[in-house]
Amino acid sequence: MKSRKPSIPYIIWMVIFTMIPIVMIGFTAFTDSQGNFSLEAFSKAFFYTDVFIHSLWIALLSTAICLLLAYPLAYLITRMKKSSQNTVIMLLMIPMWMNFLLRIYAWVTLLQDNGPIDLALSLLGIHGTYIGNSAAVVLGMVYEYLPFMVLPIYTVMSKIDYSLIEAAQDLGSNNLAVFGKVVAPLSVPGIISGVTMVFVPSASTFLVAQYLGGTDDIMIGDVIDKIFWTDQNTGSAISLILMVFIFVFLIIMNLFGDEEAIA
Amino acid sequence: MKKKTGICSKIYIALMMFFLYVPIAVLIFFSFNEGKTTVWKGFSLKWYEELFKDDNIMNALGNTLIIAILASLFATILGTAAAIGINNFKGKKRLVIQNVSNIPIISPDIVLGVSLMLLFTAVGVMFNFEMGFITVLLSHICFCVPFVVLNVMPRIKRMDQSVYDAALDLGCNQWQAFTKVVIHELMPGIFSGLLMSFTYSLDDFIITYFTRGTKFQNLSIEIYSMTHRRISPKINALSALLFLAVLIIMIAINLHDRHDEKQSLQKT
Repeated sequence: MKSRKPSIPYIIWMVIFTMIPIVMIGFTAFTDSQGNFSLEAFSKAFFYTDVFIHSLWIALLSTAICLLLAYPLAYLITRMKKSSQNTVIMLLMIPMWMNFLLRIYAWVTLLQDNGPIDLALSLLGIHGTYIGNSAAVVLGMVYEYLPFMVLPIYTVMSKIDYSLIEAAQDLGSNNLAVFGKVVAPLSVPGIISGVTMVFVPSASTFLVAQYLGGTDDIMIGDVIDKIFWTDQNTGSAISLILMVFIFVFLIIMNLFGDEEAIA
Repeated sequence: MKKKTGICSKIYIALMMFFLYVPIAVLIFFSFNEGKTTVWKGFSLKWYEELFKDDNIMNALGNTLIIAILASLFATILGTAAAIGINNFKGKKRLVIQNVSNIPIISPDIVLGVSLMLLFTAVGVMFNFEMGFITVLLSHICFCVPFVVLNVMPRIKRMDQSVYDAALDLGCNQWQAFTKVVIHELMPGIFSGLLMSFTYSLDDFIITYFTRGTKFQNLSIEIYSMTHRRISPKINALSALLFLAVLIIMIAINLHDRHDEKQSLQKT
């Protein structure tokens, strides 16, 4: 138990399957198709600035909606009986076990022209198209990642020492004050990991926009997918930019978390 | 903060559950539809029949399960050993190792996918092999190991080192002390690492998509090729069956947990 040896296979593994691939992405991004040093890939990557901003916007919106929906849900779950808590958490996790593509496909079925939502609303005299726009993409993202927001917030909230809440009550706090001064500040680490777990995949995923969005809704993940098969240099450059951006985001989130923990 | 839920909160929870389950319910509903579209043409099981006749899907399902089992088992062994070793590193070195280990789970799936594809293509050119089953398996192990390390690490920290020393004093060699004592202490962490690995492997589409080469098919890839910009009722039937399987597994796990809880309550 005092030896470092058991970790050697994994350290070798990480060098081969984590370090080398990242170096290769960097190398490919800074060269042209002949393998000579070049910044051409980055100048091509700049064509996609709009797509990049659009992706971040969609991801931000999805993360905000997830947080808005998940936070009260997580709080309400912690106030249930322990056995009901387990059941609700299980119900939250079941859709996560369904395949990622099936969950988006389900929304394609629901939202398509002449689909159930369209037909139901036509009966009320409302006609419209519900698929092929940014709202449908955000809806798909929220559906896809909502449990990733609820679970960390719930985990942190359910670990809050009940005596802290009792102490606040003894000191004269009403329910609202207990929530605002005790529960909310203590749940910040859960919010941070929830936001990370929703924002990172929704900013970088592909296919959701292809299934639910219109032609303008293409996201940065879709661009990487489309380009990489023909132009690995530009594909690598965009991947590298995306990765750097995500790492900066994570570092900022971490700093924010640490400050909150101290305060 | 009494443990009481008001009517408003019950409605809110119910609404959220409605949001999560309506899409799945709709898929299951239309899996019994005679027609090909979302217009109800009468009850039929023909899509289930076609599903089971579809060799591609059955083959893909088999591949998905084999990859998930192999990847999670291998990742669990590699990751548990790694966690034990990493625990004995101190300071900066340890920080570096842990951060590098986390890269596959914090970097976007698509970046992990394309970076592994670059690696496999380059190695493939050198040694003349094509991407397929093996490269998908390796890629899945890549994103599974960090989960195992993250789950086992806290268990090691919490473990009482003297338990291991006691086993040695009582005549175990190091390996016996590990298999007879230590592993039992770490089991809950190892098990949740295994379970997470298995789940992520089953669900993965993006990484498989980039590392599968041209021939290898798993369920995600098969669903992708069947649903990309068109509707396929066979997929509805598949969703219904997968949902049923997940439901049974989850209920079994839940009942098992409750059983354990009761037993531990009776003991105390």
